[in-house]
Amino acid sequence: MNSPIAMANALSTNDLARSAADIIADARKASVRYDEKIVVAGHSSAIHVENVSKRFANHQALADVSLSFGAGQLTALLGPSGSGKTTLLRTIAGIEAPDKGRVLFGDEEVTWRPIRLRNVGFVFQNYALFEHLSVYDNVAFGLSVKKTPRAEISARVKELLERVELGNLAHRFPRELSGGQRQRVALARALAPKPRVLLLDEPFGALDARVRRELRTWLRKIHEEIHVTSILVTHDQEEAFATADRVVVMHDGKIEQVGTPAEIADHPATPFVRDFVEPRHATAR
Amino acid sequence: MNSSSSSSPAPAKRPRSYRPIPGLGLSLGISLFWIGLVVIIPLVALVLMSLRLDAETFWNVVTNERALMAYALSFGSALVAAIINLFFGLLLAWILVRYRFPGRGLLDAIIDLPLALPTAVAGIALTATFGPHGPVGEMLADMGIQGAYSRLGIVIALVFIGIPFVVRAVQPILKDIQPELEEAAATLGATRSQTFFRVILPALRPALLTGFALAFARGVGEYGSVVFISGNLPNKTEIVPFLIMTKLEQYEYSQAAALAFVMLIFSFGILFALNRFEKARRRLPRIVEATA
Amino acid sequence: MTARAATNEALWVRVLLVVIALAFLTLFLFIPVGLVFGEALSDGLATYFAALTDPDAGAAIRLTLITAAIAVPLNVVFGLAAAWAITRHDFRGKGFLVAMIDLPFAISPVISGLVFVLLFGAAGIFGPMLAEADVHIVFAVPGIILATIFVTFPYVAREIIPTMAAKGRDQELAALTLGATGFQTFFRVTLPNARWALFHGVVLCTARAVGEFGAVSVVSGHIRGETNTVPLHIEVLYNEYQLTSAFAVATLLVLVALLTLVAKQAVSWLENRRVVA
Repeated sequence: MNSPIAMANALSTNDLARSAADIIADARKASVRYDEKIVVAGHSSAIHVENVSKRFANHQALADVSLSFGAGQLTALLGPSGSGKTTLLRTIAGIEAPDKGRVLFGDEEVTWRPIRLRNVGFVFQNYALFEHLSVYDNVAFGLSVKKTPRAEISARVKELLERVELGNLAHRFPRELSGGQRQRVALARALAPKPRVLLLDEPFGALDARVRRELRTWLRKIHEEIHVTSILVTHDQEEAFATADRVVVMHDGKIEQVGTPAEIADHPATPFVRDFVEPRHATAR
Repeated sequence: MNSSSSSSPAPAKRPRSYRPIPGLGLSLGISLFWIGLVVIIPLVALVLMSLRLDAETFWNVVTNERALMAYALSFGSALVAAIINLFFGLLLAWILVRYRFPGRGLLDAIIDLPLALPTAVAGIALTATFGPHGPVGEMLADMGIQGAYSRLGIVIALVFIGIPFVVRAVQPILKDIQPELEEAAATLGATRSQTFFRVILPALRPALLTGFALAFARGVGEYGSVVFISGNLPNKTEIVPFLIMTKLEQYEYSQAAALAFVMLIFSFGILFALNRFEKARRRLPRIVEATA
Repeated sequence: MTARAATNEALWVRVLLVVIALAFLTLFLFIPVGLVFGEALSDGLATYFAALTDPDAGAAIRLTLITAAIAVPLNVVFGLAAAWAITRHDFRGKGFLVAMIDLPFAISPVISGLVFVLLFGAAGIFGPMLAEADVHIVFAVPGIILATIFVTFPYVAREIIPTMAAKGRDQELAALTLGATGFQTFFRVTLPNARWALFHGVVLCTARAVGEFGAVSVVSGHIRGETNTVPLHIEVLYNEYQLTSAFAVATLLVLVALLTLVAKQAVSWLENRRVVA
């Protein structure tokens, strides 16, 4: 595999056969609104990671990682703990800065751009909801810090809460909600300011198995409605295969294999992937 | 968000240090400014002033009989008081955590009173209680013991102000001891007191040590609650802080500084040892929850 | 917060322990505090109120309040800045910063006042300079304020730092991803999350500022009506054998102390009530 762009172009879905520029042009022509049930990959960036390395104290978290994430795709970073998947996600978000390498959103380099200027949505494993604010205020936060007019905030928050099926809980507080409900609020909150990229760090890790399964189906559904470029970090193979268009298997700070769930399950490229991934777990979607 | 149409953007320059959360410069600046102004400059002044004395005078001031007696008294009585508080603090923590009785909540809150109470008030209250005309003082006088204007008085005052330290240090640990430990000991045939001494007490040892050290450190430097009850007789009931005060009133600044300097060395030694110990056990830096 | 249901000591042991503990507290706590009120009221209510409304007492109260009103907010700003730097960032020398914050705790109050006399007193380092400019710090109000700031320095910081550290940085990071600036994050996320610990710290800091005796005693010069805070005023009365008046004024401070305890309990109760399992 040569350049990241070539990699991106060689990958699966039809949408990505076209370049990002084409999609933007089409979207503009069709005057699509971001929040309608239409592919709006133009508003959502492709992500390119080039030769990124990151070291913590005595542990090499990422070793010369290069990867591309197609605009509008949901990619899973799958691997055991310590594989570097969370570090990669946080580097893309700006929570960490790489020692070497670059991060690009589309054509813009964002490697050391401050977090708040990257326009990323981030969903934490432990929700990180603002405990002193109601559900409504949590979701509205990204809009109110940009001084959006109140009517606009109200419309958008209501719409998002409907989408995550929490419309009637707008005035509750996070401590009154279950884990699954909290994570849905976190997702609505992340989506409210229309991020170009959505990053999820083991979002269902703190939830019990049944809730996890419900939410993963539901996350996939949301993704189909709002095609924002998404990266999902998980150590749960089922979860990765069930939700993602494309899976990246990581180990020891390096990429082991990139491909669709079927490709990875049926044709493991390295011994690690063969051992880590149990075959026939790829559920056809 | 629009993407630029240039094909290959110039590589960005890496900033000297990237910090995801902003505001370090401002917050650190304010902190260091305030610390420098309020803490460091005054302490540097202390060292400088004490160095104005030549070596021989310095040694004399710090090791003459009156000074040595004061040091012995300050540290000695603090030690005794801390030991007394060790026992009663453990007792109080035990009954507050393990027993239920009417007024327990109130008692729990009252424990902090010696911390919240201004030391001067404590001083006159204790003198009134244990002095020759006070309720307890009279009883002691009948037994031939002088409650106030004596070394006993100093110890009494230091016991008072040290009450909360051991109690508050032990309480959370005691709460967290799993009942299974004691049940296991009981099934193995231990008597209640054996269980206490061999299972529970060892688990409490670090907290007891912390509380003891805190009470001791507090007692060594205590001024307000002691000066009323002690009588401040040189060579007998004079504590180091009072001696320093006296030197100041005589405008012997450098001598006062020298005495204070030595005392600080001891205090820092205690704090340092305590920090080392707590670091070795990896606890949060929550040493004192104290008011006055 | 329940006591263990099954304690294995015999009943008589338990009763004995409680009795001993109560006896200890009675001796060392209840009697002395009760005596303050007893002595204060021993000459009747009229004398009691006269002592409280005495002009010197009034001046002392005013000075105490002014001192607290200046020292506490300044230390709050410092505490918040220090907590933000320490808990939300990583940098070298963090341990040093924490140790510096702890410093006033390790120092005897008298020494805390001494250092300011050494700096600004007549024979001090800046003494001659100040004398020329006719500026009085020691034996005047500014010295009292400085000494109070020194001793109350750590209280706010030490209350909020553990709380903020325990909460972690995720909420702030979330706010940043949502587009908030540093200041917006601090005021809309960090501060509200720390409000109980902050309140706690302010209560403790204020109580200490009001009650500080040793440090202030050194710098004040005991000038009646001018440089006496309430604790110093009590000492002056006591040394002049006006015992009843001294105790009368002391009751004010006891009430403040009790109020402090009540406030602490109230904050803990409020804080726990809002946390649902």
